[in-house]
Amino acid sequence: MSVKTFSIDGKVISAKEGQTILEAARDAGIFIPTLCHFPGLTNVGACRLCLVEVSNSSKLQPACTTKVSEGMEVRSNSEKLKEYRKLIIELLLSERNHQCSVCVANGNCELQNLAMTLGVDHVRFDFRFPNLPVDISHELFGIDHNRCILCTRCVRVCDEIEGAHTWDVANRGANAIVITDMNQPWGESESCTSCGKCVLVCPTGALFKRGVSVAELQKDKSHLEFIIQARVKKQWIR
Amino acid sequence: MDLAELLEISEKERRKKKPLEIHCCVAASCVSSNSQSIKDKLTEILRNQNLADKVDVIGVGCLGLCSKGPLLRNSQSGEFYCNVSLDNVEEILKDLKGEKCRIEKISPDDPFYKKQMHIVLENSGKIDPESIESYIANGGYITLYQVLHEMTPQEVIEEITKSGLRGRGGAGYPTGLKWSLVAKSVAEKKFVVCNADEGDPGAFMDRSVLESDPHKIIEGMTIAAYAVGAQQGYIYIRGEYPLAISRLQTAIRQAKKYGLLGSQIFEANFDFKIDLRIGAGAFVCGEETALMQSIEGKRGTPYPRPPYPAEYGLWGYPTLINNVETFANVVPIIRNGSEWFSKIGTENSKGTKVFALAGKIARTGLIEVPMGTTLREIVEEIGGGVPNKGKIKAIQTGGPSGGCIPASKLDTPVDYESLIELGSMMGSGGMIVMDENTNMVEVAKFFMEFSKDESCGKCIPCRAGTYEIHNILSKILNGEATQYDFEKLKLLCKMVKETSLCGLGQSAPNPVLSTIMNFEDEYLSLLKEDI
Amino acid sequence: MDKIKFATVWLAGCSGCHMSFLDLDEWLIDLSEKVELVFSPFMDNKDYPDGVDLCLIEGAVANEENYHFLKEIRKKTKTLVSFGDCALNGNVTALRNLHGKADKSLELSYKKLVNLNNISEFDYNSISKLLDRVRPLHEIVKIDYFLPGCPPDAARIKFLLEKLINNEVPELQGQFLKNG
Repeated sequence: MSVKTFSIDGKVISAKEGQTILEAARDAGIFIPTLCHFPGLTNVGACRLCLVEVSNSSKLQPACTTKVSEGMEVRSNSEKLKEYRKLIIELLLSERNHQCSVCVANGNCELQNLAMTLGVDHVRFDFRFPNLPVDISHELFGIDHNRCILCTRCVRVCDEIEGAHTWDVANRGANAIVITDMNQPWGESESCTSCGKCVLVCPTGALFKRGVSVAELQKDKSHLEFIIQARVKKQWIR
Repeated sequence: MDLAELLEISEKERRKKKPLEIHCCVAASCVSSNSQSIKDKLTEILRNQNLADKVDVIGVGCLGLCSKGPLLRNSQSGEFYCNVSLDNVEEILKDLKGEKCRIEKISPDDPFYKKQMHIVLENSGKIDPESIESYIANGGYITLYQVLHEMTPQEVIEEITKSGLRGRGGAGYPTGLKWSLVAKSVAEKKFVVCNADEGDPGAFMDRSVLESDPHKIIEGMTIAAYAVGAQQGYIYIRGEYPLAISRLQTAIRQAKKYGLLGSQIFEANFDFKIDLRIGAGAFVCGEETALMQSIEGKRGTPYPRPPYPAEYGLWGYPTLINNVETFANVVPIIRNGSEWFSKIGTENSKGTKVFALAGKIARTGLIEVPMGTTLREIVEEIGGGVPNKGKIKAIQTGGPSGGCIPASKLDTPVDYESLIELGSMMGSGGMIVMDENTNMVEVAKFFMEFSKDESCGKCIPCRAGTYEIHNILSKILNGEATQYDFEKLKLLCKMVKETSLCGLGQSAPNPVLSTIMNFEDEYLSLLKEDI
Repeated sequence: MDKIKFATVWLAGCSGCHMSFLDLDEWLIDLSEKVELVFSPFMDNKDYPDGVDLCLIEGAVANEENYHFLKEIRKKTKTLVSFGDCALNGNVTALRNLHGKADKSLELSYKKLVNLNNISEFDYNSISKLLDRVRPLHEIVKIDYFLPGCPPDAARIKFLLEKLINNEVPELQGQFLKNG
């Protein structure tokens, strides 16, 4: 396997052939923010938080889907990128109802963490306050669409790892919403195996175990990696 | 099918021709103003008058001047009968007899027609779109025969490359280069896709071409398939175009029957099939990656490029995707040679461009002009300017991805680069003329409302960004916005443009940015004092 | 050196931010040497004075009184700080926005879910009229600094106040920016 050498923010690092900028950066301990990316799932390049400036392109490129090439110069923390990332978080916070103080995931939320890390101290857009439903028809889990950021991790994990494809996205634009089966209550879904992987990978408090209260939701994010390791490499280690 | 059979069909069709033909437009615009009944009535009148063996009434594709429809044309004089109705259709008969006719007539020498140059529309309004024989009699499918028997795939690609043809879907990517990329990709299967998901408000070029001359697209696609080595083609057409769909279905059926699609076309070692895929009404499915998802039967959302479809397209196989108008240029280029084509147009934009001329203008309709024609020639000479001596304020090109060009820039020659310089773009060819009463902020809001509703919702900048831009524009129009909001609007536009996943989001801010660039005063006059 | 004229204001919120302020404990004594408290729910005064240097505002803007008072504060104050999540983004106070305009939420709270006093109509003569939409402060006036948290803990408040008192820019980072 050939090795590529390239640089991120002036720091020269190496990558395996076929690795994405994001993978190589994480291996080298360089932080690039992500929301829709999840190790083990296909990358969809949807959240746009991992956009970086790449020397051979005039356009910003998502680090999660762009493959490393020899001699490539990557900038991951320019002032422009910082500003755009803040705007993306602010847009997310304004489009649904993300009141951390009354959320099950308070303190364990990737969106909340990123807002802190990226320095979002307030939201410059008018909050929309859409009136979105909460579905607790499933006996074990619930979905609160008010917290959903449409990262589609649940859709991908259900399709790619569990193989059930219970989740998908319906409608478009601001009306887009994740649905179970043919847009029926989760509890009535015939394809759902109640495996709970969707809950594990959800970055916010949108998917939760029933019965947890504010700030109580803990998600074992390494569990999915464990499953994939076991399946692909037959190694049952954590 | 071999060449002799093809020529025989052509000869037979020509012998059937009567000395005089009345061409009646049966494309969507005229059909919606009753042209089918007019055609039937005229046929009946001629039969009753025992003129049926001298005069034929033929349904043809778009005659161009949609605002004067239903349109009919006299094949001998070339004159057009305008605004024909069931009540005055007898008047045409008077004209044929040399009597005074009370229907408005337009000469083919009228500036509307004289200034145009038809390559894409060469058969439009001349042949019966529902008859393959009519197409063959006009030289159809001979080019395909020549390609299959006299040219190698490399030679075809070279011809297209040398012609300088660029993608007519809007972005202007060199067509020959795209073809050679697909040709060079090694794979067991390849696909050719025709993008007929024309969704821009005010644009109807592709629809008219498909309604008027469907075989030309089939022939163009087949030549492309031969050049790149594909076996299967798809025409992805929006469900809102039932007439175009039905004509394509007819055309594909006829071509299959004659062996012009299927196995061993023209007895060459070449198989090609075309299937239709009908869109369900999502604008984003005109974006090539979303379009391919939709063909595969998935939710039509775009995915990041690279990999480009030329390398990794439908079901992971190399796929050539071109727009309707691009495919329509293929046959004329091969037939007349790349040299002929490359002499038309400007340095970097060769050939012609079809525009759907609409808005506050005397004559609206479908036009085709050589690249490099100035906007002034298009709107003032061809379009006849604003009615009632109104003044032009701006011209919108490129639909929701384009921008507004101010009247002061009317002398700009139309080509890909010059329009981008003005903050607009060629787009697929919508051209909307606006008069001095138009509020440019409202125009921007109109297009942003469209983009916001049509965003697929996958990436955040487009899903939430277009919504916020629309929100700020509404605030500005309601007099509730401040300078702070205006700055925020500009920042957001820049961000959505640079960070969105696909072309929809990347170009959605253009109507706002171009109106800010050219008409900033209108925005500033609506702002209130800072808080 | 003159003492800084300092105010704290309680709009539509639960007063939790002010409780958290009291968690500053003995540092309040240090603070009192640097600032003069000129207006606050901790004091008994009716009018917001002119020439205030620094004001922390807790709570969102939920009724007409909040709205006009905030405008008045802005005019009379040099530096305004959005104090806590309600001020910053509406937080719990703004949850009523999900149910539509003012009348809808009043109906839901006082008639549909519980109606102890047989309310048929809301008498706005005695109380300030609810705005149709609860809004964060910065949608109405210009805010200089934002202090998130529900409530912001004492360490965060201390950090911000120390910086502002020393005429430095308080750059809140990491945990100090946590909402909720």
